[in-house]
Amino acid sequence: MKDFIIPTSMDDITNDRDMGTPASKSLEMVTLTIDGFEVTVPAGTSVMRASNEAGIEVPKLCATDSLEAFGSCRLCVVEIEGRRGTPASCTTPVAEGMVVNTHTDKIKKIRKGVMELYISDHPLDCLTCAANGDCELQDMAGAVGLRDVRYEGTENHFEVRQNGEVNPKYIPKDDSNPYFAYDPAKCIVCSRCVRACEETQGTFALTIEGSGFNSRVSFGAKSDDALHSDCVSCGACVAACPTATLTEKSVIELGTPERSVITTCAYCGVGCSFKAELNGDEVVRMTPWKHGKANRGHSCVKGRFAYGYASHSDRILSPMIRDSIDQPWREVSYEEAIDFTSKKLRDIQAKHGQKSIGGITSSRCTNEETYLVQKMIRAVFGNNNTDTCARVCHSPTGYGLKTTFGTSAGTQDFDSVEDTDVVIVIGANPTDGHPVFASRLRKRLRQGAELIVIDPRRIDLLETPHMGKGHHLPLRPGTNVAILSAISHVIVTEGLHDEAFIRERCDWDEFSEYAAFISDERHSPEAMQLLTGVDAQALREAARAFARGGNGAIYYGLGVTEHSQGSTTVMAIANLAMMTGNIGRRGVGVNPLRGQNNVQGACDMGSFPHELPGYRHVSDDATRDIFEDLWGVTLDAEPGLRIPNMLDAAVDGTFKGIYIQGEDILQSDPDTHHVAAGLAAMDCVIVQDLFLNETANYAHVFLPGSTFLEKDGTFTNAERRINRVREVMKPKNGYADWQVTMLLANAMGANWTYTHPSQIMDEIAATTPGFANVTYEMLEERGSVQWPCNDNAPDGTPIMHIDGFVRGKGQFIITEYIATDERTGPRFPLLLTTGRILSQYNVGAQTRRTDNVVWHDEDLLEIHPQDAENRGIKDGDFVKLASRQGETSLRATITDRVSPGVVYTTFHHPDTQANVITTDFSDWATNCPEYKVTAVQVSQSNGPTDWQKDYNEQAAQSRRILPAAE
Amino acid sequence: MSNTDEKLVRMANQIASFFKTQPGDKATASTAQHIKDFWDPSMIAQMRNLLANDVEGLDPIAHAAAKEVTAA
Repeated sequence: MKDFIIPTSMDDITNDRDMGTPASKSLEMVTLTIDGFEVTVPAGTSVMRASNEAGIEVPKLCATDSLEAFGSCRLCVVEIEGRRGTPASCTTPVAEGMVVNTHTDKIKKIRKGVMELYISDHPLDCLTCAANGDCELQDMAGAVGLRDVRYEGTENHFEVRQNGEVNPKYIPKDDSNPYFAYDPAKCIVCSRCVRACEETQGTFALTIEGSGFNSRVSFGAKSDDALHSDCVSCGACVAACPTATLTEKSVIELGTPERSVITTCAYCGVGCSFKAELNGDEVVRMTPWKHGKANRGHSCVKGRFAYGYASHSDRILSPMIRDSIDQPWREVSYEEAIDFTSKKLRDIQAKHGQKSIGGITSSRCTNEETYLVQKMIRAVFGNNNTDTCARVCHSPTGYGLKTTFGTSAGTQDFDSVEDTDVVIVIGANPTDGHPVFASRLRKRLRQGAELIVIDPRRIDLLETPHMGKGHHLPLRPGTNVAILSAISHVIVTEGLHDEAFIRERCDWDEFSEYAAFISDERHSPEAMQLLTGVDAQALREAARAFARGGNGAIYYGLGVTEHSQGSTTVMAIANLAMMTGNIGRRGVGVNPLRGQNNVQGACDMGSFPHELPGYRHVSDDATRDIFEDLWGVTLDAEPGLRIPNMLDAAVDGTFKGIYIQGEDILQSDPDTHHVAAGLAAMDCVIVQDLFLNETANYAHVFLPGSTFLEKDGTFTNAERRINRVREVMKPKNGYADWQVTMLLANAMGANWTYTHPSQIMDEIAATTPGFANVTYEMLEERGSVQWPCNDNAPDGTPIMHIDGFVRGKGQFIITEYIATDERTGPRFPLLLTTGRILSQYNVGAQTRRTDNVVWHDEDLLEIHPQDAENRGIKDGDFVKLASRQGETSLRATITDRVSPGVVYTTFHHPDTQANVITTDFSDWATNCPEYKVTAVQVSQSNGPTDWQKDYNEQAAQSRRILPAAE
Repeated sequence: MSNTDEKLVRMANQIASFFKTQPGDKATASTAQHIKDFWDPSMIAQMRNLLANDVEGLDPIAHAAAKEVTAA
């Protein structure tokens, strides 16, 4: 007799079986007998799951382990000794000493009958069906031994014509969504899709209409098709569907995949794990991996479906060079391109000095690639002129959290949200920017957690169906510090702070000084109301809710960091978490939502000009010694130039060459005119990217990049989780990005000999204490690990600062509100703020080259009805958007989602060039640009501005490619 | 003053305006340290040049900090 005790099976990353119902988290164990085998499982486990643990698969259709049991299909019935009837095993919890039989004659007969009924209303076109070989209905028909269907329905749902007449119950296929088809003829109404939309995604776009035989899955109101419904195309319903009713169009077109590789999504900072499913080297589909610890089997429209850019015809697969940017590109071999580039860079250095060149590492690339780029700049270029796009997004997070807590990173894992009771979301729009995390948060909100949103816009999270209490504090852009100070003022003056925590974990004298500062009347919500535009009473209620609400967590995004007081705001957030005792356990913490897939990693890997890997200042002799010994060079002990400083120096004529890997600074950085002037002033701009991006209009060398599907490496997500990226197919451009960097470095004399990214990780581990125990073998075994991972934390660190802060005592910082220099006035009376939309990603280089454009094919300007009326603007009108920096034009959409006086747009399309408008004001500590506040005017317009026309002309000229020489 | 000069002055002022709000009397020292930690030597050299030419618009704390950094 075999005994099964498998309490940890939920963590067994090699087990991809569908266990039928979710795992129970109970610590109490229950022993029962199933078909004579004894099995021990946590209390609360279903009989179905317990049976699966024992290796006995009970047939099922409506059950799947990503959803709560539903008990509708009647296929999973079992007999339990001492109980009457045949209960459904999915909805029956185990009990001590229970004796279950899953396969009696009675059960077998019931199951066969159930299947016979299902199949009587199902087309028998299995051979040509897209789900052939991947269909649970087919599997179950086989499992119960169905050989014959005696019934012929007088009515059915699948025949177009029945009895010579048009079948009124037949609903044609809905092909409106670009990525999946909905074929009602194949539906068995198991409700898995409806439940997935509710439980997993939290959108509630799907419903069951009608009852009994007339029950149909529907995308909301009758006129709605999939595309025009509330559906956000996350793919959860498609993954949950047991038949071909909801199927990826790629599977319909390409057939069922024959192999799969686990990898990590290259879009946002959530870092979802995916199974890339392939035929040969063709990706058939990307499905979320159930053991991915960031996403727990969920996905969004970008990661799940928007990978088509990897094989888009716009991809540049050969290196190209030119002597000046008014010339067309010339395709050359890698040898020639690298030779041309290395000579040019060395010539520049010979003429203008060692520090006249630099580079930008990419938050889109792997840790290993980023590490190599900064290594090349420091060790081969011989200076510290390295920076990364985190400069323009989360650099204040690094500075602020290092100052207050001692580590430049978020404090929690994503699972932590399951224990959160009250959450502040400030300057972030998770349903669009970090959709999979938003779904996890929404699940908790539906369980009753309280939500406080601090944002100029009414974001979708506030409209979560069935959620607990929600607060919205719609502040004026630029007043984050004022709002957070007012919240802290309420907490401290009303005595709601956690004195015991502060005394134990922070410096009490420092807090006392802070308390005296924050208690001043000038920080009261009433005093701040005029400045912030937020109702004082509403703010008091939100502050009390956060302080009294139990586990309080703060999630924030670029609406916090991209301000002249970005770093101060991060420290104000840290203050708030410390004073309420919300640090060091599950359900709490300070959680930056990172924009790009590897922003965290790029920062960890020493991309900043003042820091070597592991956030150690370049002036620190001991740290430099480590790298000098290993690399055999002398390193510069002074900080290098940051991106804006590089551009300034270029305009001034002292900075002449730049290597830019996977970053489009011309579109993504503020004040486009200035960026263009800086790039135009350089003698050698090297762009390494998938496409001829906007920056490449000013480049002399183009080195083709590889996609995340084409290389090995690691990404580190917003929860410090190091996830493996795996080579799913060979690089279409011939080399992975780390290899291209190595070619250039070696041409400049580096003598690097890496043959696999794992060797680069070994070097990172050998030099960087937080990564000391990280190896590819470990990641292979565990799936992922959160840094720090070293001898002190061999299993990694899901939650930081548990027993004490990394810096010792948590530091309270005085956070005085200082208004930005960007002010509204008579000429520019409105405030522009910017953000993202769900279907598009950052500069859009990837997503614009996918079918995601059906949701968002242009950037729109959101404007309040009152402001629109004052200007005679109607919905859909072309409007001119002007600031002190520049002007552009785009279409307006009228909405009360923004307050009067505030306008909003996205920055996904180069035609719009939202950054022509933004200023070069920046965060006081880190120079992170102030994207989120620009004084603007909006007026009627006939179409594109002269700038847009000139820009497009220059871009078209610059993108010319000469036919390859024979 | 060039555009870059103006930016340097603004950056120094912004740093000073934060440290001025901090308790104690370390505003000048902290501003100077921040500049040392984050500015490239060429930026510091440019600031030295600005000071030599009696640059206008520097906040007194920023001015004192800039002097301290550039003296080194």
